[in-house]
Amino acid sequence: MSYAARADFSTIAGWIAPGAQVLDLGCGDGSLLAYLRESRGAAGYGIEIDDEGVLASIGNGVNVLQSDLESGLAGFDEQSFDSVILSQTLQAMRHTELIVLEMLRVGREAIVTFPNFGFWSHRLQVLRGRMPVSGKLPYQWYDTPNIHLCTVADFDAFCEERGFDVLDRVVLHETRRVNALPNLLGSLAIYRFRKSR
Amino acid sequence: MSEVVSGSVGDVVAQRATFATPLALRSGASLPGFELMYETYGTLNADRSNAILVCHALNASHHVAGTYAGHPDSEGWWDNMVGPGKPVDTHRFFVIGVNNLGSCFGSTGPISIDPATGKPWGSDFPIVTVEDWVDTQARLADSLGIERLAAVMGGSLGGMQALAWATRYPTRIANALVIAAAPNLSAQNIAFNEVARAAIMTDPEFHDGRFYDEGVKPVRGLRVARMIGHITYISDAQMAERFGRQLREGLNYSFAPEFQIESYLRYQGEKFAEYYDANTYLRITKALDYFDPAAETGGDLARALRAATCRFLVISFTTDWRFPPARSREIVKALVDNRRDVCYAEIDAPHGHDAFLLDTPQYHAIVRSYLSRIGESP
Repeated sequence: MSYAARADFSTIAGWIAPGAQVLDLGCGDGSLLAYLRESRGAAGYGIEIDDEGVLASIGNGVNVLQSDLESGLAGFDEQSFDSVILSQTLQAMRHTELIVLEMLRVGREAIVTFPNFGFWSHRLQVLRGRMPVSGKLPYQWYDTPNIHLCTVADFDAFCEERGFDVLDRVVLHETRRVNALPNLLGSLAIYRFRKSR
Repeated sequence: MSEVVSGSVGDVVAQRATFATPLALRSGASLPGFELMYETYGTLNADRSNAILVCHALNASHHVAGTYAGHPDSEGWWDNMVGPGKPVDTHRFFVIGVNNLGSCFGSTGPISIDPATGKPWGSDFPIVTVEDWVDTQARLADSLGIERLAAVMGGSLGGMQALAWATRYPTRIANALVIAAAPNLSAQNIAFNEVARAAIMTDPEFHDGRFYDEGVKPVRGLRVARMIGHITYISDAQMAERFGRQLREGLNYSFAPEFQIESYLRYQGEKFAEYYDANTYLRITKALDYFDPAAETGGDLARALRAATCRFLVISFTTDWRFPPARSREIVKALVDNRRDVCYAEIDAPHGHDAFLLDTPQYHAIVRSYLSRIGESP
């Protein structure tokens, strides 16, 4: 069985314990959950607002709940999931901080992935005076759903200011892991963090 | 996407199942025996694993799909949902429609003859509950040789029956499709039901429910009951769009129907009063009022649904103000709390509660997609 597996899937799967309970926020067509079910025996739910995503998730046999993340995760109890995942959705959220706090309320760990605005090609395009358009940011400034773009350094600072424990940070370009100068050479950032104890 | 060719199940014939053993009801009363009218569409497979039971809401019946021979306008109430190539595909599934106990379309109810008196039961017919219905439906499944249903589905009160199936017969149901339903009625819902009942019971021709003996029917009460019900089935926006303040002719400064909405409601009321039984209406609204699975667990719906192990598809409609999406989300939360398999879709439809009977593309696509996986996934 093949899914439209994105570069971040296998990294995320490596952080999911076998049989874990996961919540995937903005699950799209459910392919990450289907991937985690197959690769890790994980169970859980996806949340999606978009009609097409909900329909596709049902087609993929994923437990999808149609709901608007912007209103939080009121239907879920404290610490009721092992991992709450927000995969390439953070940058399109209006209430960015709220959703991260909600993830840490509901989940023991949060996994967030986002396109790195600090990637060298983005910086170059801004230097040239234009808003960046790239593989990870394929939109023009006027039609982009991305309203809260950030860099790896920004997210590091965000976690530090809020006192989150960053357990893992992987920065990728294409499918390769970037270890040197990740904020310059990586286009996709993947974080695993929790509330500090 | 492949081309979907869908059609009607064609001419159908209603059948009658007779149960001679006594039935103990939730109220403490019992019936010496009972009959259920039902219809089936499609073919039961060799291992009897492809049956879907369709439960009806307030005023519908066992006639879910198809037509009766010679009556082309006798289309079943969920014909857009059930048929060859339709979301509930009768090429794949054996679909059962059943008329609930206490109704007035051939199953034992207030208009049936009480064997003890030789006269219609009338007001002596006991009040039956959603749980009683589900118990009788299980006996119908027994009589058809079906141990486990692939799915039980229904909208509104029908969805409540699907929910009750999931907890009462967890080993006999693989999937529950709970559409435009609620885990119980709100005070406002009960209030509307009570106004409808008051309209019937204060009709001088109601005769305490013994109107059959008098050769009359409380049609005025029934009409008003239906008019009230109908208001709650449609959204404000939909009513505005369909009727607005349109007049039939002009203002006559009289109490004859002048606005289109008035004449529409009167038409609906009259049509309904012609075929529906007042004692049945009273009892079905009571079944709605009483439905409350969490009442047995101190209001804890999650605990009430713990017994349910089947997969769920829960669907609500954005403009449904009778059973709004928030009520469906209560069901979903209780299922998630128990880590049950559940999908939830909130369909953007303008029609209000009635949307569950209509064919909004996203709604039908969701049901189709969900059912297409039955029997495929582990």
